[in-house]
Amino acid sequence: MATEFHNLQELRHSASLANKVFLQRDYSEGTTCRFQTKFPSELESRIERTLFEDTVKTLNNYYAEAEKMGGQSYLEGCLACATAYLIFLCMETRYEKVLKKIGRYIQEQNEKIYAPRGLLITDPIERGMRVIEISIYEDRGSSGSCSGSSSTSGSSAR
Amino acid sequence: MKNCEYQQINPQALSTSSPNPTLPPRPAVVEEKEERARRKWEVFPGKNRFYCNGRFIVAQQSGVLPLTLGLILVTTVLFFVFDCPFLVKHLTVFIPAIGGVLFVFAVISLLQTSFTDPGILPRATTDEAADIEKQIDNSGSSTYRAPPRTKEVMINQQVVKLKYCFTCKMFRPPRTSHCSLCDNCVERFDHHCPWVGNCVGKRNYRFFYTFIVSLSFLTAFIFGCVATHLALSAQGGRGLIFALQESPLVICFFSVWSILGLSGFHTYLVASNLTTNEDIKGSWSGKSGAEDTGNPYSYNNIITNCCSILCGPMPPSLIDRRGFVPVEESSQTVAMEMELPMLAAKKEINVVGGPTPSQLPPSRALQVPSSPLPATPNPPQPDWQTPV
Repeated sequence: MATEFHNLQELRHSASLANKVFLQRDYSEGTTCRFQTKFPSELESRIERTLFEDTVKTLNNYYAEAEKMGGQSYLEGCLACATAYLIFLCMETRYEKVLKKIGRYIQEQNEKIYAPRGLLITDPIERGMRVIEISIYEDRGSSGSCSGSSSTSGSSAR
Repeated sequence: MKNCEYQQINPQALSTSSPNPTLPPRPAVVEEKEERARRKWEVFPGKNRFYCNGRFIVAQQSGVLPLTLGLILVTTVLFFVFDCPFLVKHLTVFIPAIGGVLFVFAVISLLQTSFTDPGILPRATTDEAADIEKQIDNSGSSTYRAPPRTKEVMINQQVVKLKYCFTCKMFRPPRTSHCSLCDNCVERFDHHCPWVGNCVGKRNYRFFYTFIVSLSFLTAFIFGCVATHLALSAQGGRGLIFALQESPLVICFFSVWSILGLSGFHTYLVASNLTTNEDIKGSWSGKSGAEDTGNPYSYNNIITNCCSILCGPMPPSLIDRRGFVPVEESSQTVAMEMELPMLAAKKEINVVGGPTPSQLPPSRALQVPSSPLPATPNPPQPDWQTPV
């Protein structure tokens, strides 16, 4: 996640955090992890709708893959049960592998598509899988504190 | 646990390094990083305790976990000492083997239930909370009246109400409940188990189920073996030794009914994809009228329900206990009410005689809730890969 800041670091000197948009979870299919694909109005002027929807749909697909209950996950579960779940201490679960893939995908999307448009996607795992947080940066370095607070612009200038 | 160590926070370094208590020093960040870098478990706002530098998490009150462990240990040891030699001679050598396997299963799953994050949801960041407030205000009435704050969603063509959690500042996902003992929202909250000293939720339900099933087998097994021993040896006797020999029988006799009952109850819950919380509240039993209130989460197939709960993919821990708290540049005044419970929690954590948390400058305390992106380059990857 640190490299996201490095990519935006050039932007950081001239950009400041203007707003954050939160994409909430979509519970229409149960408690599996899905995010709403509704296009937020704040992003209308910043990014094309198709690109945005592609990103969210791909993320939803990744999460569906992580939580898919099929042969492999049952095998993993049964094996874990048979070993009194001790294999979780030494083995990386499929979910964790997919989460790494998601992390790389988000980083790649940020570098290629979002950072050039002054946007930054935060990995949902950093927000407890509740929201996809998209930070919007202004190109002008003014507009002071704004919603200030955290972090995304924080601390990278060392 | 030889490699346990506590991160000692030195508040003197924190307080003396910045003349202005509201802003951490910018230029001095680098050299102070080593002594100021703290892990997220140290600033965790819930009432939990952490061991081994954040690897293990338990509830604030360990409840009767030592008693549970002690009872299991004592009963099994007495069984091995007094009954196994006789039974091996007269019956079969597999008796201690089976007993051993069941004992190992029971203890390991007990420890995993106790020390695993049950599925705690991290509290909403300030920005998130503000966004939610904005949405509520937009759609709500103009008079500020502390509304009940529920949101309705459709899940599998059924209307489910999501409640707003005032402590965690977010709408709770479905099946999530706030545990008042741990002061956390827990996903798929089942119940807070004092025997285990932790909440039982999405991530540790399978451990809990394995624990009660293996424990019921173990108690039934020990009960049967000791009864067999008594019957076969036909040896009476009085005195302390005899009482000691037969105590596993008594302990098991009293506990086997309740544990078997509990296992049966949870087997029913697993088969119908319910949580104890939902069952007790009668959320899906249709008591509220003639409307169709079936369980929207059930797959309507016992096998699928069982498999999804017990053999499904293991979700990751969302609270990133061992990640580092990033150093913030702007400390805006975050909600003051977060400070007190956090300080109380820190009191619990630094129980080994570390510096008292009251010496910490308020700004550090206030930075917690706006848990931002970890900007530190130190941990190359987020810590949710760490199992448990």
